Amino acid sequence: MDWLFSFPHMDDASLRDLKKAIDEGFRGFTRAYGDGLEAIFEPLQHFLIWSERFMTQTPWPIILLLIAAVAWFASRNWKIVAGTVVTLLLIGYFDMWDDTMKTVSMIFVCTVLSIVVGIPIGIAMSRSDRVQNIVNPVLDVMQTMPSFVYLIPVVMLLGIGKVPGLIAVVIYAIPPMIRLTNLGIRLVDKDVLEAADAFGSSNWQKLKNVQMPLALPTIMAGTNQTIMMALAMVVIASMIGVQGLGQPVLKAISNQYFTLGIFNGLAIVGIAIIFDRVSQAFGARLQKHREVVHG
Amino acid sequence: MGNKKIGGFGIEIKKLYKIFGPNGADCVKLVEQGVTKTELNAKHGHVLGLRDINISMPAGGIQVIMGLSGSGKSTLIRHINRLIDPTSGEVVIGDEDVVKMDAVQLREFRRHQTAMVFQKFALLPHRTVLENTLYGLEIQGAPRNRQVDRAMRWIERVGLKGFESKYPNQLSGGMQQRVGLARALANDAPILLMDEAFSALDPLIRVDMQTVLLALQKEIKKTIVFITHDLDEALRLGDRIAILRDGEVVQQGTGQDIVMNPADDYIANFVREVNRSRVINVETVATALNASARELKISVPAGAKLEEAARAMTLAGENEIAVVDAAGQAIGVLTLPQAVDAMVNSQVACSTPNAKKVA
Repeated sequence: MDWLFSFPHMDDASLRDLKKAIDEGFRGFTRAYGDGLEAIFEPLQHFLIWSERFMTQTPWPIILLLIAAVAWFASRNWKIVAGTVVTLLLIGYFDMWDDTMKTVSMIFVCTVLSIVVGIPIGIAMSRSDRVQNIVNPVLDVMQTMPSFVYLIPVVMLLGIGKVPGLIAVVIYAIPPMIRLTNLGIRLVDKDVLEAADAFGSSNWQKLKNVQMPLALPTIMAGTNQTIMMALAMVVIASMIGVQGLGQPVLKAISNQYFTLGIFNGLAIVGIAIIFDRVSQAFGARLQKHREVVHG
Repeated sequence: MGNKKIGGFGIEIKKLYKIFGPNGADCVKLVEQGVTKTELNAKHGHVLGLRDINISMPAGGIQVIMGLSGSGKSTLIRHINRLIDPTSGEVVIGDEDVVKMDAVQLREFRRHQTAMVFQKFALLPHRTVLENTLYGLEIQGAPRNRQVDRAMRWIERVGLKGFESKYPNQLSGGMQQRVGLARALANDAPILLMDEAFSALDPLIRVDMQTVLLALQKEIKKTIVFITHDLDEALRLGDRIAILRDGEVVQQGTGQDIVMNPADDYIANFVREVNRSRVINVETVATALNASARELKISVPAGAKLEEAARAMTLAGENEIAVVDAAGQAIGVLTLPQAVDAMVNSQVACSTPNAKKVA
């Protein structure tokens, strides 16, 4: 009756061999292709460094104005712009400007990368049920796998630093981008699509003139989610060398510096709220003409 | 591309079958052998959409296809520009069979030969009235200034001048459908497909839009296929009408044919409530000119409806009216009792056996 109370499992020796084989296989792969992979990601590294330099080395009033301008053009709402400026001034006053700028730069690059990679994948998913059936479980894995787990292979392949951090963040943050692009395109009004067909639109014309514009509010919701998830991931990514607000938080955890933790934590919350309100207001503006005013 | 082919093409639909389901093609044989819609659905799991449709639509005229929901009328119109592929049959326009076109030919055909107006308008919500109207031209790749010129002209023609920078959601239903119409007309295609185009509008606006369409048609003379479930609309617009039921044509002909000689009880039921005075032509009821007849003071052209003749007679205080042909030559005479009899009596065709009819 022993098998009833302890689950009959693979014997220890084979299990150990299996794990060892996989580990060694992966290590071999790392040794063989690690450098090559690193070379592939080099442009990303340049982009990251350039963006971080821009954010930290430009005089702070210019950055402040720039962010306020972006907030204005996206939201057209003075309250959101005022909130943004006050939050940033407070962050600066509590001497977290540099770290915050590094984080903002990281989030910016992650978001751009997520959009650039995510939208085409989302479009491909929306066009074919088969692609959707293949990509969906992959996204499920990406969203539910504890992030620490995929930090391991990323670090083994690419070492510690900005690029592996970026990849870890993007893996975590890209699924909503892909899912909502797919959903947005699939939800486009069938009647309007039929009209586009009836006028002889090619697939590209349909995508450009009808599907993407009508899916844009949904895609914006995806972008908003991606930004929020990237911010959440930034602290964890600081464990593999991503600089910014995550590092002081990490230091605060290991040394039990309560105030340091709470200050930097609040700064993350602050920029999260800025990103969220600005991108949501932008999404809402895109939706302006879609609501039915007349019956 | 730009040259207008006014009244260029009639549409010949020949032996068209549509059977929905995975093996539709195999079921055509069964349907040809007389399997009914219900049988096909129960025994073979396929839905009969259209059965053996043969309609010859005149060039430059309005062909109405009428039927209740589920009769297959919207399916039928979508075969003309092949938004739906037929299971078998031909749709010949000009000398080309739409069914045989490949993807590229079909796209070109849709861009230049057809334009469509939809029941639910199907405008692009993120584009202004102007941008919606020039959509077809943009797809064709016309130069931008020509797109704008032509779109503006049609916006004006449908009575939306001043609204060109509004968005669809800022307009009422009737105005949105005017945009739909302008978008279709701007395309400058010889064939205009209208799928229940006015069904979603209020009755008054619907009549209004019918007037707009009839006024435009006098000038543009396109081949229009108009789908409706409303018999009054069908009779008002249609040069020819085909009535569809359960995917089959039950009767086709002019409005007058259908009202006066309904093919079966189903159609008889349909036409019972119709205002006959607006459907029946004067020459149908008029008697042949008698050589000894005295001179008639008033006249009405052949092709006019009973209502007009009756109105002319009551206004002039006359009891008789001459029916004249295009040359102004009298070809028949219509009396007030004859006119009233035809208006109220649904058996008009047989009720006056001794009256010699004028063609």
